[in-house]
Order: sequence, then structure tokens, then C-alpha cells
Amino acid sequence: MIPDPPELPLGANPSFFDLVRGLESPSTSPRAPSEGGSVAIPQGTTVLALKFSGGVVMAGDRRAVEGYSISDDEMMKVFPADDYSAVGIAGVAGQAIEMVKLFQTELEHYEKVEGEHLSLEGKANRLAQMVRGSFPMVMQGLVVVPIYAGFDVRRDLGRIFRYDVIGGRYEESDYAATGSGSREAKASMKKRWRPGLTHDEAVEVAVEALVDAGEEDTATAGPDLIRGIFPTVHVVTAEGVEELTEEPIRQAAETVIDRRRPA
Amino acid sequence: MPMPFYVAPEQMMKDRSDYARKGIGRGKPVVAIEYADGILFIADNPSATLHKISELYDRIAFAGVGKYSEFENLRIAGVRMADLRGYSYGREDVTAKAVANAYSQVLSNIFTQEMKPYEVEILVAQVGERAEENELFHILYDGSVADEEGVVAMGGESETLETTLKESYRPGLNLTEAIRLGTAPLTADERPDPNRVEAAVLDRTRKGRRKFRRLTDEEVGGILKG
Repeated sequence: MIPDPPELPLGANPSFFDLVRGLESPSTSPRAPSEGGSVAIPQGTTVLALKFSGGVVMAGDRRAVEGYSISDDEMMKVFPADDYSAVGIAGVAGQAIEMVKLFQTELEHYEKVEGEHLSLEGKANRLAQMVRGSFPMVMQGLVVVPIYAGFDVRRDLGRIFRYDVIGGRYEESDYAATGSGSREAKASMKKRWRPGLTHDEAVEVAVEALVDAGEEDTATAGPDLIRGIFPTVHVVTAEGVEELTEEPIRQAAETVIDRRRPA
Repeated sequence: MPMPFYVAPEQMMKDRSDYARKGIGRGKPVVAIEYADGILFIADNPSATLHKISELYDRIAFAGVGKYSEFENLRIAGVRMADLRGYSYGREDVTAKAVANAYSQVLSNIFTQEMKPYEVEILVAQVGERAEENELFHILYDGSVADEEGVVAMGGESETLETTLKESYRPGLNLTEAIRLGTAPLTADERPDPNRVEAAVLDRTRKGRRKFRRLTDEEVGGILKG
């Protein structure tokens, strides 16, 4: 059935998030247990984003862990949010993937109802509100922390946003990382990043940061040349968002690893 | 309490139909044409921002004629329904048939129960993997639905328009031919002004899951000139 428009003072609400939330019955909406149990829940680990001359590169490793065991070695943690932006997630995998799905629908819904794209600023704010909406879960230890990067078509530049668990939104000028390996990834990018990187250099910096994170953090996997598992890399430019194929990522990984082989 | 005069139900329905038809007849028409790669929609619309044709879902488009506020209302409700279904089930579970059914129910209720019927006609179309799988549902102000094929015209003078179009229509037209066919009778001018033509396609060859695309004025102008 077509749902009635919610009671609003003027105009239709273009938010899908509000629509779904309004329809949720208390029995179906996820409610956190009053006391945190010790269930092992898959956790996604390191994702990062950095700027380059043409826009933004976002990359994530492929590992998900459940306590001390690896639950998934081919997980995707970077997704296109719409035509001009990508979102990367770290934290409780199930909840994070659901958040991405909701965010993607939210952006597309707005675009269809209003007939135009939301501004990048608006999209970043919307994601902040969604993270804030899951705050009750955070208190139970079910934490999701995204990063968001997109091409601001109106300002003609790539932008990166970092979030905290309660939905705080921070714009980063150069690079950002989230997840358990984010410290090492950031330390790596701090040394390697510089303004005006080319596309290929940026991909290499991103892969190297994940290699560094993988060396220091048990929950992060670097590129696996033997089994052929490589990080996911999305590139956002004025032309839109594009997921890189395996080949350029493999090349970047090989370059990075060759450099580290003992002579 | 004053008693209302008795009006025979037949008379009441007829009055409402006449009212709705009059409203729709005053509006400018929209046509939909099945072409080789999908479905083309063309409207005579002087506004570049107030659309008559829009995207509902990945493979589904909406077109409305008549009173703007009313079909806009229906369009937004349709987008809500489609997105909600796609989110709770799966993207392929959103079908034109389900949306058309919902519209039919809503319009039929409004027609019989509200003070005045909606003065709208709408078209819900879905492009299939193959031309035979295209679906076009034409829904009238009273909620009646017709499953159409080939060419559909709605709005003012739609009957004459549809007859004219059907004379020169044949299956498997390419996009250029379809645009020329659709614009010719839509505007009385010898050379239709591309700024007045609103055109969009559901193109099954389009990359990605969203098959809806608006044609720009330049694109339409180029085709009409060439």
C-alpha cells in the first residue's frame, strides 16, 4: 500500500531514513540488550581515505574478525554511496552494512523526490545523524564508525569526512582513517601523503597504509598476493565514483611489497 | 439537519467523471513510445523544472498529466512505496505492476469517497530485459487500469493523438525515429521548440541498475534539427 505522507507543516519529507524509522514497530526495531553479553560479533577493521589531485581515493582491507578468529577474509567495507561519493565502514559488520544500505537508499530517495542531488555537505550531515541515531547500540558496545568521501560538484573539489561514535562530524583536509588499524594507517599516510598526488601515487599510498596497518594490527589484513585478495579501492572524481579493478591494486601492492624485500 | 437531495449513483459517478475529464483535457499531453532499446516519454512542457516525467525506481518510470499538485503527490507516494519495498525485500521485487495496483486503489478510493476526484491520468512503465517484457500501465482518474503496448497518449486531445501516432508507429524504432514520431503531433508547430519538449527514456542498455535518463534540450534539439 502507498503510505500516507507523514504529518508535516509544509511539503513532503524527502528523507527515507525518517520514513523507515516512522514505520518501525517496537517489536521489529533492534533493541540493545540491557546488559552487554559476550557474543562474538564480526567486526570490520581498517578503512581510509585520502585526497589526490583529481579527487579522493578510499580504500579498505578485506578482513572481518570475531574475537580472536577471522570471520571473513573477503569482506567489502567500502561502498559507493551514490554517483559522487563513497562510504567506508569500520565496526560491527552487520550493523555497518545495514547503515550503508540505508544511507544509499536515503540519498537515492532524496534525489528522486526532490529531483536533484543533495549537496555533499547535506549528505555528510545526513550520515552524521544516522550514526547519532544508533547511539543506544554504542552503549552496548555495538560501535560503527564510518568515513565518508565525495566529490563536491558545486565547489569542484574532493572532500573527506570523519565521524565519531556519537555522530560528531569532522572534515579532514588531507586524509582520514577509521577502525582498529587506523593509527598505523594514519601514521603511514602522514609520511607518504603530500598535496597534489597523482591518481596512481594516491592508490599506492592507500595500499601502503593498509600494508602498514596489517603489519601492526591483528584485525587488519594487508594484500594477500598468494591467495589473490586485495584491498577494495574506490576513486571519486568529477566524473563520479569508480571501483578499481584488481589489476592496478595488485600492481600497487607489488610495488609496495617489493620495496620492502630485503636486498 | 438539512437532508441532501437524492442523487442517483449513476448520475453522481457521471458528474465526477465529467469533472475529472474536463480537468485532464485542459492539460498538455504526454506520450510514451516503445523503441528498440526501451521506452521513450515525451511531454509538451514549457517548464524545465516542473517535470511530468520522472524516475520511480531502477527500471520504472512515472508520467502524469492533469493537475500538477495531484500527480506530484502520487509520484512522491510511489517513490516512497518503491524505495520501501526495495529496501525491505530486494531491488528486483519492485515491479510496475505492484505500483500500478497501489495507484489504482488510491485513485479509486479518492474517486468514490472524496469531495472531488483527482484530475489526473498517470502512466507507470517498466523496461524489461527484452522488448516483449516491457510493461506499460495506464491508470485513469477513477482507478481503472489498462495494460498498454507500443504507444500511449494521455492528457488533452489524447485520443486523436494516439490515433495519429499509431498510424506511423512500428515496433523496433530507434531513438531518433521515436523522438521525431513523438514530437511531431505533440506540438502543432512545424519545428517543435526543444525547450518545450520534456523527454526521458528508460534505456535497458544504460550502464548500472538505474535505467532512467532525461534527455537534454541540446540532445532533443540535435535530433529534431538533423
